[in-house]
Amino acid sequence: MKFRLNGKEVSVDVEPQTPLLEVLRNDVALNGPKFGCGLAQCGACAVLLDGVSVRACVLPMQSIAGKDITTLEGLGSATQPHALQAAFIAEQALQCGYCASGVITTAAAFLEQNPAPTDDEIKQALSRHLCRCGAQPRMVRAVARAAKQLAGAGS
Amino acid sequence: MRTSRREFLQASGALAVCFAMPACAQQAVSATGGRAILGNRLLINASGTIELLLGKVEFGQGIGTAIAQIAAEELDVNFDRIQLVTVDTNRSPDEFYTFSSISIQQSGPPTRRAAAAARQFLLQRAAEQLNVTADTLTVLDGEIYAAGKPTKLSYWHLIGAENIDIDISADQAVKAVDEYSIVGESYQRIDIPGKVFGAVSYLQDLRLPEMVHARVVRPPAERAQIESMDASAVERLPGVLKVIRDGDFLAVVAEREGQARDAARALRASVAWQLAGDMPDERAIYDWLKTADSRAEPVASKSPDSNQRKTTATVTASYQRPYQAHASMSPSAAIAQFDGKQMTVWSHAQGMYPLRTGIAHVLNLEVENVRCMHHEAAGCYGHNGADDAACDAAAIAMHYPGKPVRLQWERADEMTWEPYGAAMHIEVEADVDEAGDVAAWRYDLWSCPHSSRPRNPEAAGNMIYARLRADPLPLPPVHSIPQPNGGADRNGVPLYAFEAMEVTKHLVTDVPIRVSALRGLGAYANVFAIESFMDELALRADVDPMDYRLRQLEDERAIALLERLAETTGWYRRPTGNIGDGWGLGFARFKNRSSYMGIVMRVAVDPASGAIKLRQAHAICDAGLVINPDGVKAQIEGGIIQSSSWTLKEQIRFSTESKQSIDWASYPILRFDEIPDVEVALMQRDDQPSLGVGETAQGPTAAAIANAVFAATGQRLRRLPLVPRPA
Repeated sequence: MKFRLNGKEVSVDVEPQTPLLEVLRNDVALNGPKFGCGLAQCGACAVLLDGVSVRACVLPMQSIAGKDITTLEGLGSATQPHALQAAFIAEQALQCGYCASGVITTAAAFLEQNPAPTDDEIKQALSRHLCRCGAQPRMVRAVARAAKQLAGAGS
Repeated sequence: MRTSRREFLQASGALAVCFAMPACAQQAVSATGGRAILGNRLLINASGTIELLLGKVEFGQGIGTAIAQIAAEELDVNFDRIQLVTVDTNRSPDEFYTFSSISIQQSGPPTRRAAAAARQFLLQRAAEQLNVTADTLTVLDGEIYAAGKPTKLSYWHLIGAENIDIDISADQAVKAVDEYSIVGESYQRIDIPGKVFGAVSYLQDLRLPEMVHARVVRPPAERAQIESMDASAVERLPGVLKVIRDGDFLAVVAEREGQARDAARALRASVAWQLAGDMPDERAIYDWLKTADSRAEPVASKSPDSNQRKTTATVTASYQRPYQAHASMSPSAAIAQFDGKQMTVWSHAQGMYPLRTGIAHVLNLEVENVRCMHHEAAGCYGHNGADDAACDAAAIAMHYPGKPVRLQWERADEMTWEPYGAAMHIEVEADVDEAGDVAAWRYDLWSCPHSSRPRNPEAAGNMIYARLRADPLPLPPVHSIPQPNGGADRNGVPLYAFEAMEVTKHLVTDVPIRVSALRGLGAYANVFAIESFMDELALRADVDPMDYRLRQLEDERAIALLERLAETTGWYRRPTGNIGDGWGLGFARFKNRSSYMGIVMRVAVDPASGAIKLRQAHAICDAGLVINPDGVKAQIEGGIIQSSSWTLKEQIRFSTESKQSIDWASYPILRFDEIPDVEVALMQRDDQPSLGVGETAQGPTAAAIANAVFAATGQRLRRLPLVPRPA
């Protein structure tokens, strides 16, 4: 089965019902998307499917054949960080960080749609992501900071 | 000159409990280049790196970064030279559990002394080579300066090719606080970049060669038993390597993770369970607590020295807190590998040494043949399923020796089998004088215990595998944590200067639902009760709740903190009498001996629905000397949000047969669009010893919300979670 992962063609030999998350973590050995509930409830596994945030834990491989998947790793790297990754470091916006990959990934898609959000809009956009450590205020600040940085870079 | 590890650790005087000594640190050190070894805490490599062996584990609270700051400070090296080594029973210092918000207090002093001893030793060596006295030398990032001028010497040259092992005395001189330049600064957390770029950061990211995957199949209730089962079809499923039945303990091992999940589902379907149906009725849980088997333990008793004040009235109230879950974002996981003799366990539990002891006892292995290594997982906030998962994985590995076995619990495994924070029922009674102040205080609490950690061989029977297997270990007697820390009675003694006081813990010894340490233990409910009741008494006395507290406090740090909170929030100018909008106050000193925390919470309550909207939290904390201010603020912010979630939403649901909270839909927590704005300020107390902050926000936040809801609606809510009635 073939799909595009973080800009590269990937081919895996798995059962069509295998959840995308298992392939990303166990076959491709990515660390970004996390297993949190397996029920599409918590958001720790969120990735982008053709630019839209989806829950990889319930997405069967058969539904992503030929599609474009972006994970935390595809957004940026230590040498070329995405504005959100840089902002999460600058705001020290996570405690355990287990939810952060999903939050950052969804926020990246959100900022594409809404480049100048209010704090309330950011909270609304992330309301299907759970964070148990209580780092939400910092994450909201980080998303707002990234939005400003992206706006500055674009002008 | 040389000292044993045991002498070092004893000399450092910083350990609470020590079950077993780590092996010599040198075993784990690479043979390239020389290094100076300080006990088993610091390795300074001639290559210019410094390995700091942690005794406490990281779970997002930032302890590694703070301890690294302490080491860099005493060594006079750049912070980024420090490399953290997580706890490994083959080499790390044994600091028991990472618990009770005492990591800075326990790890800080020995780290400080080890680093100072290294600096002193190397400066002495430099002084001899330069033929000067050591007090003329200074250090800048490991480079030695004489009378302010650079020399050719550095720590790294001075170590050269030698292996040096030096001892540390208990009275090792350390820097004065006013010399600090790294401690007290908000260094960024060492672990965050890896986490935002997807580096291997968590236990879940470990992929060992030939690793296979396991799942457990739990009984539907704690005391359910297998009536009948037929696993023969499960054994033939694709990829299945082993189906394990050991009493009521069931597990599968498969090549791929998905195969293990499918096999577990099939195995679950193949079992008929006999339910005990003996759990208490959730609707009558607080009556059950009062009538279940319990033993009364006096917690505090105080009578006035002289004439009793005249009391004019007696006021009573009762408060309740349900079972609540740690509900970590990552269901527990572990990897274990058994080679026929040696058991190696990778775990995210809070204490690798006690885990090693527990696993060795349960599996009848020699402690020396068990190695436990910590890797981070999601935040745990206390004793969650991590230890149980590690023991499960080790048991599975004994049934399936050779390859590393990775066990992943499912969400429902964590939600229904983690040990919850215990439900509590509290009754408080105050005799008040003419001014409305408390003349006598009587406080009774009923609760199951607040710790069932597998802390020693006797307590190892608390682990799930030990209970379910064919020859179960006896369930250990309930553990009552004594004062001054207290378990159910943590913060059960008010900090207020009441002349007469009787506080009694009724420890419920029948434990039908697994319970253990959840952030703050009894402090969450006790501070909720005490601080709610203080507001009720203030109202009765017609005194501002801030003034009512202040005039009954003698602790100067508490008074200074509340006065500052009043000033910075504009407390006395707050709008009152606004329907649906209220401010509430909560205060405590965690454990009555750790950090002080006061909070003002603003809420809005929708009169039609009764829905509570948290608007703004403003907190102040006095934690003594702060190592990393932003780290402290992050802990308190997180504590406020988490306590808000407990206080407004969280309650484990159960029937007499089984637990009903199985996932995030049946156990909802606070969401992004429900959080308040949070602001945290710190008192400047550099002259005071450092105090832990991890649990300090839990109780005051709950009380502040309840008091704010009262201010907004006139409704006094005494049962958690808080659910106002519509107007």
